[in-house]
Amino acid sequence: MAHIDENPLGPHLPLDPLPGHSSLGRLERVLRRGEFAVTAELNPPDSANPEDVYQRAAIFDGWVDGINAVDASGANCHMSSVGICALLTRMGYAPIMQIACRDKNRIAIQGDVLGAAAMGVCNIMCLTGDGVQAGDQPGAKPVFDLDCMSLLETVRIMRDNAKFLSGRKLTTPPKVFLGAAINPFAPPYDFRPYRLAKKIEAGAQFVQSQYCFDVPMFREYMKKVRDLGLDEKCFILVGVGPMASAKTAKWIRSNVPGIHIPDSVIARLEGAEDQKKEGKQLCIDIINEVKEIEGVSGVHVMAYRQEEYVAEIVHESGVLKGRQPWKREPNPVDQLVAERIEAARSGQEQDQQQMAQKAARQPH
Amino acid sequence: MADPKPGNAAPAKKAATGAYTPAGVSPNRRARRKYTVRLWAVRHSRFFEWFYNRFAAAFLLLHPVWKFFGYERVERPITFVERHVKDFLFDCRMCGQCALSSTGMSCPMNCPKQLRNGPCGGVRANGHCEVEPDMPCVWVQAWKGSRNMVRGDAIMNVQKPVNQSLRETSSWLRVTAEAAAAREAAAGKDA
Repeated sequence: MAHIDENPLGPHLPLDPLPGHSSLGRLERVLRRGEFAVTAELNPPDSANPEDVYQRAAIFDGWVDGINAVDASGANCHMSSVGICALLTRMGYAPIMQIACRDKNRIAIQGDVLGAAAMGVCNIMCLTGDGVQAGDQPGAKPVFDLDCMSLLETVRIMRDNAKFLSGRKLTTPPKVFLGAAINPFAPPYDFRPYRLAKKIEAGAQFVQSQYCFDVPMFREYMKKVRDLGLDEKCFILVGVGPMASAKTAKWIRSNVPGIHIPDSVIARLEGAEDQKKEGKQLCIDIINEVKEIEGVSGVHVMAYRQEEYVAEIVHESGVLKGRQPWKREPNPVDQLVAERIEAARSGQEQDQQQMAQKAARQPH
Repeated sequence: MADPKPGNAAPAKKAATGAYTPAGVSPNRRARRKYTVRLWAVRHSRFFEWFYNRFAAAFLLLHPVWKFFGYERVERPITFVERHVKDFLFDCRMCGQCALSSTGMSCPMNCPKQLRNGPCGGVRANGHCEVEPDMPCVWVQAWKGSRNMVRGDAIMNVQKPVNQSLRETSSWLRVTAEAAAAREAAAGKDA
């Protein structure tokens, strides 16, 4: 049977636009259909080898609806999100490109958005980014030209009004599904729901939350969000992830900004015989709890350096309900590339003279 | 964070790493500051809101005076006064596009990330900044301050990106000139 998200004329063809959808991507289709979405985070390699990216993405094959390509998360230097997205789209994965305001000003960011959309990136996530003090290069110059809110607005203007921030026109606007991040677990707690409202106003269509270890606190947050009617205006994906051990959890709690881990979680990990297994079980338990909360549309699994467990976690929590996410997203330019490769393979000799004449006759 | 380091150790440590800090955001300068006046201004945000409204009205009344001398010519002395008054009260960074009325009288440019639309996700559990552990988060203060204000809900508005070319110029004069222009446009429409 053909997959529900397949072009009826063949799986190798790009999808047709649907009314009311802002992108051609499948993540948006899954969310708008009301299915429980699963996204995961790709651990960016510290290498120039494309194979590293392909291997790390292959682990998620058929288990997730989108792969986050992080933009130097934690201000640590890695392969860029643009580069990762270029590789992923080439192989037919559906990346969610993260853009952090820490490293690029508005000129670079708008250029990257156009480039990404041209490569076939359908989802863009707008972040402020961690401060440079958190990373491996605290001597770097922090940019923060835009903030996440004005970045959302910038990309939304590019998409909906086909204009740069300056007002200059775009000939083809980037068709992207816009995401943002939320952290319900940091003060000022009562402002956080309103901040989500601001993000939605600025253009956010889906949000992924920070690691959720405190489910009662998240429930409280969601109650306020529902009161404000925000869950109907945007899709909320809860961030979850396995902790390797109680020691890691403690380290994260005191060294990574913005992650709140209650004592009960650490006690549970410490009490377990196999802490790694318990961490995974804890993650599954949290998924099972949050998926019942009204207004939650999916989970975002951040299994840093434990990516191999993502499939297991998704499978055991049963959130996909038997649904299988697609494995191959066709790129609009696939056919063109195939033709070009075919031409190169057929080994036709190129006549320089003829080519020069042809070019001369085709001024543009 | 579970237990934040007390005192001024963090900025000093950051300075020792040789980390880049833009002009006017020096960690040493921060270490010397006690944030007392800034926090006092936030606690009295309602008074400052009332005062600023009066003040802006007075400035608008003086529009003919500014116009007589020329806005360009009064720019320098006014900027001088504005810088020192706002520096004392709010630790102003002279971005030239004051948002204090929308941010609970807590200057958003004091945020190390210069966020103008709300707190980042890195705020510590004790309400302090992620980057400068001994500084109370500008946006936690802003939210508190905005709750005291009559038009505190302006904090919900999405702010435009900063126009860096307006740095070191007078926000008071710009607001006055814009208000005067709007008033004239409205008068022109009525006539």
